[in-house]
Amino acid sequence: MGFLNFIPFLKRNSDTDLIRLPSGTFTMDAKGVIVSSTLPTSFPIAHVREIGRCVMDSFRTAKQSRIRIKEIHIHYSTLKVTAKEMRGSAVVFVMPTTLEESSY
Amino acid sequence: MTGLTKVLIVDDDEEFLSLYQKLLSQHVTVAGGVLTANTGQRALGLLESEQIGLMIVDLNLPRMDGLQVISIVRRKHPQTRLVVLTSLHDEQFRARAYALGVDQYWLKPETDHETGLFLEAMEALMRRDAQVGFRGVQNKSLADIIQIECLAQSTSLLRITHGVVEGRLWLVRGDLVDAETQELKGEDAFQKIISWVEGTFESLPGDENRTRTIFTSVQGLLLNSAQAFDEAAQAELQSPTAGGRSGPPAPVLSDLSGYAGVECAIVQNALDGGNEDHWGIHDPKQVADWSHKSMKDFRALGDKLGAGEVRRVFFISSERKYAVSAVGPRDVCVGFQSTLQLTDMRDILRTILTKWAS
Repeated sequence: MGFLNFIPFLKRNSDTDLIRLPSGTFTMDAKGVIVSSTLPTSFPIAHVREIGRCVMDSFRTAKQSRIRIKEIHIHYSTLKVTAKEMRGSAVVFVMPTTLEESSY
Repeated sequence: MTGLTKVLIVDDDEEFLSLYQKLLSQHVTVAGGVLTANTGQRALGLLESEQIGLMIVDLNLPRMDGLQVISIVRRKHPQTRLVVLTSLHDEQFRARAYALGVDQYWLKPETDHETGLFLEAMEALMRRDAQVGFRGVQNKSLADIIQIECLAQSTSLLRITHGVVEGRLWLVRGDLVDAETQELKGEDAFQKIISWVEGTFESLPGDENRTRTIFTSVQGLLLNSAQAFDEAAQAELQSPTAGGRSGPPAPVLSDLSGYAGVECAIVQNALDGGNEDHWGIHDPKQVADWSHKSMKDFRALGDKLGAGEVRRVFFISSERKYAVSAVGPRDVCVGFQSTLQLTDMRDILRTILTKWAS
């Protein structure tokens, strides 16, 4: 299998289009517009909007069910999202978690 | 889904797929053959229709990247073994892949030697596919591991984890002196721990001065537990409902009244949101509908971001705090007093989930 040594696609590198999980915060207003953000520009704005939409929807449906949610903490295997409701808008904190933190 | 267990390789490079399909077919025992997919979507389709025992996936994939694929596969097909095979040399992505639950992370081999090692590792993964056991010693039962430690006259602490439950066995010069799991101690704890068929274990430095709580020999304890298993298996066979079970039993909500600060709970089917049980709440529908919709959205978000499964969600309102977590195919939403601290909520939830898991 010595021919493997000459195959270019097997060469290792650190260049990638993969999206790194970001660390930072952003604010979304009641209309779903991102008002401010400290997230890196490499993190797609579509993902930021999607995070904002999910937490805003949860705040909204809770309100319709007469539950006044002020804060949401979502713990994923590799990411933690904290959202605080601020009179119809939301401030959202995003932070990757380490292996140790992600284990229960 | 029918047929023999197959291997699926996912990479956007056709030449690579062709080469590794040949290598794996020649050097790894795969009963059902080696399939390939050049996109994440195609791979997810194959997972629905074929019996895939092992999936080897690159991280750099078009549209849906490897981490997103892993995130979805780990949630929808937890039995499939996942291996990352990538040219990406980046510690952050490696840690993230492991946090998402991959079995192994390999850099694409550059030499014959590395290729040989990779193929050997894949062979080992396939071999242990059908076997139960403890991670790292897949074909050994816990009884085997304990006996090996005893024969080696070890002084060690065996830490065994089974899902979210943890057990500890103390050995002093090959003699079992103490055991602990949850609220159990001594021989009762040992009998509980020995009943686990899967999990992970670690051998940690022992404690020569550990107080003895177990006075029966290891052989005697193992004999007792083997007898108890045989009797239980016999009883199950004779039971009129034998073979009629579907999935793990639902959590018993009445248990919750014993936990300070817990006010109510709802158990739902995680897929369709169907209310399976509730406790301490008169009209659970509104909370259940909101909680299910939120969890569904958060799971979809996790897949999109490649962030992995939702471990738990805390909702805080001025009247009450809620914690939602998955228990098998169900979501459990537990309501707590609003005055409870988040860390206390987390600890209580952990205790409750541990109890249900055991």
